[in-house]
Amino acid sequence: MRRTRPGALVAAALLALIVAAALLVPALSPYDYATPVWTKIFSGPSVSGGHLFGTDSLGRDLLVRVMWGCRISLLVGIAASLISVVIGVCWGALAGYAGGRLDGVLMRTVDVLYAVPFIPFVIVLEVAFGRNFLMVFIAIGAVSWLDIARIVRGQTLAICEQEYIEAARALGVRTTTMIRRHVLPNLIGLVAAYATLAIPGVILFEALLSFLGLGVHPPLASLGSLVAEGANEMQANPYLLIIPAAFLATIILCLNRLGDALRDALDPRHEEDGHG
Amino acid sequence: MLRFLLQRLLTAIPTLLVIATLAFVLLHLAPGGPFDSDKVLVPQIQHAIESRYHLDEPLWRQYLRYLGELARGDFGPSFQYRNTSVNELIAQGLPVDAAIGSAALLLALLLGGATGLVAATRPGSWRDQLPMGLAVLGISIPVFVTAPLLILVFAMRLHWLPSGDWVAGSWRHLLLPALALALPYTAYIARIVRAAAIEALGQPYIRTARAKGLPTHVIVLRHALRPTLMPLVSFLGPALAGVLTGSIVVEQVFGLPGIGRLFVTGALNRDYTVVTGVTVLYGALIIGFNLLVDLCYAWLDPRVRART
Amino acid sequence: MADSPAPLLQLRSLGVSYGRGIEELRAVDTLDLDLAGRECLGVVGESGSGKTQLLLALLGLNGPAARLSGSIRYRGMELVGASSAQLASIRGRRIALVSQDPMSALNPYLRIATQLTEGARRHLQLGRRAALARAAELLALVQIDAPSERLRCYPHELSGGMRQRVTIAMALMCDPEILLLDEPTTALDVTVQAHVLELLRAVRARTGVATLMVTHDLGALASMANRVAVMYGGRLVELASAQQLYTAPRHPYTAGLLRSLPRLDQPLPARLPVIGGQPPDLADLPKGCAFSPRCPLVHARCASSPQLRAFPDGHLLACHYEGTPSQVAGAWT
Repeated sequence: MRRTRPGALVAAALLALIVAAALLVPALSPYDYATPVWTKIFSGPSVSGGHLFGTDSLGRDLLVRVMWGCRISLLVGIAASLISVVIGVCWGALAGYAGGRLDGVLMRTVDVLYAVPFIPFVIVLEVAFGRNFLMVFIAIGAVSWLDIARIVRGQTLAICEQEYIEAARALGVRTTTMIRRHVLPNLIGLVAAYATLAIPGVILFEALLSFLGLGVHPPLASLGSLVAEGANEMQANPYLLIIPAAFLATIILCLNRLGDALRDALDPRHEEDGHG
Repeated sequence: MLRFLLQRLLTAIPTLLVIATLAFVLLHLAPGGPFDSDKVLVPQIQHAIESRYHLDEPLWRQYLRYLGELARGDFGPSFQYRNTSVNELIAQGLPVDAAIGSAALLLALLLGGATGLVAATRPGSWRDQLPMGLAVLGISIPVFVTAPLLILVFAMRLHWLPSGDWVAGSWRHLLLPALALALPYTAYIARIVRAAAIEALGQPYIRTARAKGLPTHVIVLRHALRPTLMPLVSFLGPALAGVLTGSIVVEQVFGLPGIGRLFVTGALNRDYTVVTGVTVLYGALIIGFNLLVDLCYAWLDPRVRART
Repeated sequence: MADSPAPLLQLRSLGVSYGRGIEELRAVDTLDLDLAGRECLGVVGESGSGKTQLLLALLGLNGPAARLSGSIRYRGMELVGASSAQLASIRGRRIALVSQDPMSALNPYLRIATQLTEGARRHLQLGRRAALARAAELLALVQIDAPSERLRCYPHELSGGMRQRVTIAMALMCDPEILLLDEPTTALDVTVQAHVLELLRAVRARTGVATLMVTHDLGALASMANRVAVMYGGRLVELASAQQLYTAPRHPYTAGLLRSLPRLDQPLPARLPVIGGQPPDLADLPKGCAFSPRCPLVHARCASSPQLRAFPDGHLLACHYEGTPSQVAGAWT
């Protein structure tokens, strides 16, 4: 029924290309992401000069730094999304399956948490516990599971109304077994789609923290901190801003496209919105 | 309706309590305090300062004192800015954010709404494809990228607008920050309005209205406008919350004296009262916006009204 | 067709198609049909037979993607290609539509009063009070209790049957000459269906409005229609008086449809017979007679399209088979 989207294929291909480059370039490049080279400060992008994307204020190769930034961003995106998916799926499946009072309590909690201003909280967390890299994952993962919990709960409710679940319940199958064997497998497609859509949000979140100086430690770079560095130098050397910004935008764009396509294919309840 | 309002206001209290407690606990759990600095203070002075801000009391007493002050709407004195209360700091910063935020939302509603409606009248044509392609791009580029780019182009290269600073009441100083903040929401709103308008115009009751021989403008204004507004209204809740956090970035990039910057510097300097105060304020604003959204919903849709 | 000297509505080789070239899809194909004053004409067909497109064509509501061809004359006025102002003066005023699903045909955001009166205020230049009085009068006509209170309701506050009666009242507001009914009972509970049909008969008896009722339910038509047209794959395959069509159908498809109705005068079979195969796919109609893949009397000549032919009693048929009605009926057993 639904149109296949060539856009999603292009997005997937582009994403694969970026991932491959992020893995290979730092390994193959003669340059290091961290060591300053004082003789080569602000050499602009050029093929002949050996620095395809130029160098930054400390003479470090921007290509290698951007690729490291992609690594960090994608890693944070995937790891934190996994955390949020695990929490969200457990929470939502339990609420939807248990129903009644427990459902009420769990979902009311989600409602309350929706009103919590998250970015300030993560900033407080970051400041309070120091800029620990692991902390970034946990903080972001811990605050971005709400949507998934809601979607999973709704879907679980729908699944539990199916007759085979009632039959299994009547046969006395244990709750945990039920959730594991009947509910979760039916959720996989939906969760995969929404997890893909969660990744760009998480990447943006990490980039925002790094932009504010609360993310990764220098000399390590994430795309967010590279954009922040670039913004400081943009008057004289705009490429330092534009190149990492372009990579960040491309990754987000591709993940959004891919997630949209997955959701349209896997979530029957979702009406196609926006541009198809 | 009155009961609904009261009920919502009552549920807001525990939510705010959770937010206030979380902020308090997190800050006080963290190692280090606001007056630990590199230079070692004379113990007497350290003591004097700590007792002035009640930091020498047991934590539970500090917590109760803090809640008591909150209940009276008092966020306490700032640790960083001597002799200034957090209420005063917020009162200075809030107008900046209110100006940028409302300008940004207005821009996003006008631009996004118009684009979405035009796209919806001819789905599939270039008037649809082009702006919607741009909208996907707009959603994918974060504020902290667009803001420096806008400065680069319009302030540094073209010299049309100032690159920062804040002059109250000056639209030239307002325009770039508001635009940077508005762009992602413009894109979202365009997509939402387009989808909602296409869906609304495809409803069977629109056909019924056409079959009555009503002119197009009556059909659009009387029959299709409200269902188009519904998804937009439900988006405005999260959007307003997003504008709050987005303004943190915009203030940072443009160097504006709003509460976002107050918050970030407060967090970096362990200014407990500023951080908890702004966090609670953000929470209260989000709750307020969501309530406003629900009221709009009820106002627009009789079925929701019946349930509330 | 000589049913009446000057038919109210005259359709000549009407076509409704979508797409172009090899992708062209003919929802309605070269249809000839007349509707006389005061009569009730039933149009029967499965989904995809083009019956709803036919109704929409009468109001010019098929949407921007559709192309109309042929001619629709209402009292001599050509509606195919008419200006939007001309169509607007006909819609609701002369020809009114009752939609299939009363749940979605009423705007959930507006009060019943607004939706009932807006057409009459426009077409008849009624004031607010006069229009409300007229609306209350019509709600009483469709047997809704306490009409003036119902007027203040929103659609979600009414039951399904009540909503369908409201849509009927809405169609009658401007006292139209032609009432178009699009599956008026399909979305309703069985018990409510009978009430609504009863009501429609009463309304017709009282107002004498000419009616074109489209349905897939031959049973619902039996008590309503004077004449019945059967459509298949966008074409008219049989047209006869209700009496003739129900007792002596000549088209194998009609005979099959009738056989699949439960009969009250005969013992219920263990399993109701059905017509095998799939309803026609308009995008991929078979060559020749569209019904031939499902027809028990299929023959080599069916590879060519059968032309509509008339019997002396006025019965119209598009089928190559030359046998008697009883032979047609026999083919299904």
